[in-house]
Amino acid sequence: MAQDDHSGTELAAADSSHAETVPAVKTGTALIQSDAFENPGFPPHRPRVTDEDPKKEKRAQRTVYTLFYLSILGSIWAIAAYMLFPMEGNDVGDVRLNNLFIGLGAALALLGIGFGAVHWAKAVMTDVEIADERHKVGGNQVSREGAVKVFQDADRESGFTRRAVIRNSLIGALLVFPLPAVVLFRGLAPQDENPVELLSHTMWKAGTRLTLDPSGVPIKAADVTIGSAFHVIPEGLSELHHGRLEEKAKAAVLLMRLNPDELNELPDRASWSYDGIVAYSKICTHVGCPVALYEQHTHHLLCPCHQSQFDVANHCEVIFGPAARPLPQLPIMVDDEGYLVAQSDFTEPVGPSFWERH
Amino acid sequence: MSTATTRAPQRRTFTAAASNYIDERTSVSTFVKELGRKAFPDHWSFLLGEVALFSFLVILITGTFLTFFFQASMAEVEYDGSYVPLKGVEMSVAMASTLDISFDLRGGLFVRQMHHWAALLFVAAIGLHMLRIFFTGAFRKPRELNWVIGFVMFILAMGEGFTGYSLPDDLLSGNGLRIIDGMIKGIPLIGTWTSFLLFGGEFPGTAIVGRLYTLHILLLPVILLALIALHLLFVVVHKHTQYAAPGRTQQNAVGPPILPIYAAKAGGFFFLVFGVLALIASLFTINPIWNYGPYDPSPVSAGTQPDWYIGFADGALRLIPPGWEFVLFDRTWSFNILVPLVGLGLFIATVLIYPFIEAWVTGDKREHHIVDRPRNNPTRTAIGAAGVTFYAVLWAAASSDIIATHFKLTMEGVIHSLQALLFLGPIVAYIVAKRVSIALQKKDREIVLHGYESGRIVKLPGGEFIEVHQPLDEYDRWKLVSYESYEPLMIRPNARGKITVGQRLRAGMSRWFFEDRIAPVTKGELEAAHHDHH
Repeated sequence: MAQDDHSGTELAAADSSHAETVPAVKTGTALIQSDAFENPGFPPHRPRVTDEDPKKEKRAQRTVYTLFYLSILGSIWAIAAYMLFPMEGNDVGDVRLNNLFIGLGAALALLGIGFGAVHWAKAVMTDVEIADERHKVGGNQVSREGAVKVFQDADRESGFTRRAVIRNSLIGALLVFPLPAVVLFRGLAPQDENPVELLSHTMWKAGTRLTLDPSGVPIKAADVTIGSAFHVIPEGLSELHHGRLEEKAKAAVLLMRLNPDELNELPDRASWSYDGIVAYSKICTHVGCPVALYEQHTHHLLCPCHQSQFDVANHCEVIFGPAARPLPQLPIMVDDEGYLVAQSDFTEPVGPSFWERH
Repeated sequence: MSTATTRAPQRRTFTAAASNYIDERTSVSTFVKELGRKAFPDHWSFLLGEVALFSFLVILITGTFLTFFFQASMAEVEYDGSYVPLKGVEMSVAMASTLDISFDLRGGLFVRQMHHWAALLFVAAIGLHMLRIFFTGAFRKPRELNWVIGFVMFILAMGEGFTGYSLPDDLLSGNGLRIIDGMIKGIPLIGTWTSFLLFGGEFPGTAIVGRLYTLHILLLPVILLALIALHLLFVVVHKHTQYAAPGRTQQNAVGPPILPIYAAKAGGFFFLVFGVLALIASLFTINPIWNYGPYDPSPVSAGTQPDWYIGFADGALRLIPPGWEFVLFDRTWSFNILVPLVGLGLFIATVLIYPFIEAWVTGDKREHHIVDRPRNNPTRTAIGAAGVTFYAVLWAAASSDIIATHFKLTMEGVIHSLQALLFLGPIVAYIVAKRVSIALQKKDREIVLHGYESGRIVKLPGGEFIEVHQPLDEYDRWKLVSYESYEPLMIRPNARGKITVGQRLRAGMSRWFFEDRIAPVTKGELEAAHHDHH
């Protein structure tokens, strides 16, 4: 078994009478039949057409070098395409042509080499199969004993087992030393901010005007017709230079006007709407996608990410999908000039649930 | 080996001199002698792993090119490139530089698309490679650890994919990050702070693209490369598996030698994979971020979907019924997030440790180098089919809205059907796969015992027509009889006369695995069958 197999034996010469040696290891519940068929050994070698017909062999060789030449052609084509199809104007068509022709050239260059090499291997190279002997994975008795001796010597010389105090103090030190590195990662987020605090407030304040997203134009109550829906941001959001997207990710609101008869408001929120106009957070209470799709005749809001549905007529309660909580409502009223304004911030955190939320 | 050295040692050719120079400084001749003529078993299904490896190389090559032009910054700029519809739009530098790669760099779109297509192929090829390993039992001793390494790489590949498609900071990927943020926030105790640290403050912040970039081009690729090296090292140590065929045994590895045939085939195959990806990238658009626009937390389009390999996780989120969230002990418990996370975690963990489960059930400590035909281990095949179905239902759920609009079904109907299918589908798949496997085994037995249908119809003297069955030759027969089955484990009391719970569990599992089994035809049976005929 310990024979050198590096040179490999040619298949025809392989010893096919290799009886399956009885394994010394446990076979578990394997059912080993005494009456099983024996391995018949390698079947006779079947020559390929290119082995028997010199004409076919010549043709295969021609195919191989033609493919390699085609590859060179493809490379030249790709370089030429780089120059012949510039992207100078603002024309998307240029981009398309540049992409197409550089790409086709490169594809030809690569496929030519690929098909050529594989065809060379399959049709022209000598069709030889060899059988390598496998050895059981794992060292033999000698190497295992040698390894054990190495560890024993090392242990004796270092006193790793004997000098337990030294060993244990080292293990302790090794366990503790990465901790400062872990602490350093606290710096990933600002030191002086608390996420729970931040998540609990938005830009909305008493008197903040409701404005159109993204133009920032304030909305008059009179302009909101029954059945319409507006994408709303707080006044001043577009002018923010710092943290605009962070604020928008919390403050985005959907404004809808329903027939007041169809609006079923909670008693304690009766004053939060204005003449059938209601404003709800646009950020889904599931994982935070914008609940952007409004179905006018059913008054349902749909989140396109995971299909949670909210019923605007019933204080945005969840009627379908994985979301668990209704969309938070923004209390609104009308100011002296007839513009819609917030009565206050949201009365609960908007967006996805988090551990400290309650 | 240089022919010059053997045939004419007195004439020193350049090749011989160069080989000698290098060998005296590297001992490389030892490796060439050791590995150059190793036999490498051949089968089309062995190429799946190569597709994964080669598409990874394409990803490295194209990705390196992209790093020269992509800028992972979330600083706001006004877009001023060639794509007219977005001119003047505020966006991050990351988005603007991705648009520049696409519209202002010759060949940039081509490389970007090749990178993305290669990533999609990479994950797909790993998945198919794993299915091949699973269904043929190639994960058995001594290859269990390599299964684990490969599986970890599958997870890392998904991580590479997710971090990669989030980099352009476009609307679609931004929504993907929003979902990740929402999921992280739903994790008890650590969720809120984890999200806060990950995004460097509140979502979306200005840090995440830069951080994902570090993961995407440094940390994950380094780990992947190290694991690939280890994975391939194990292939060398174990030698490749092979399918049963005449002459092939557990003690040999049969195939063309590495030099020249295997090297030419595999080297050529690398160029084929590369070339096909180039062809796809030149013909088909992928991830057209210019249609999506820059990320903004407010707009979203209908039919949003992640790249295909994230689909199963997104689908798991969609299948949770309403209301799975509670306030308990003054804290919010988001079971609508936790159940998918834990469920997928358990699914993944089961796949990861499957080789150890099967080894425990069979108690078989031998090395297995001849892989099974899937039919010859019906229960494993059935378990695999059930797992694939479970995954496929989750995956389909990620497209529930598109299924609904495309087939004009109700959204609710599709979700409810998929919820039912998630549990019933695997059961049906299990039963069908098991029955089909056993039926195929019976067919194999039939062919071995009574030969194959020759198509020759003969009229007997009595006027009866029969089709002549041709017996198999010994080589064809070997492929059908060379497998082992296992018996169910008998419960036996241990040395202290007790039957442990572990024993009972193992016996139960063993019964489940091997109660229905078809043993291969033996010589005696074949003889008896012949006897019946005469």
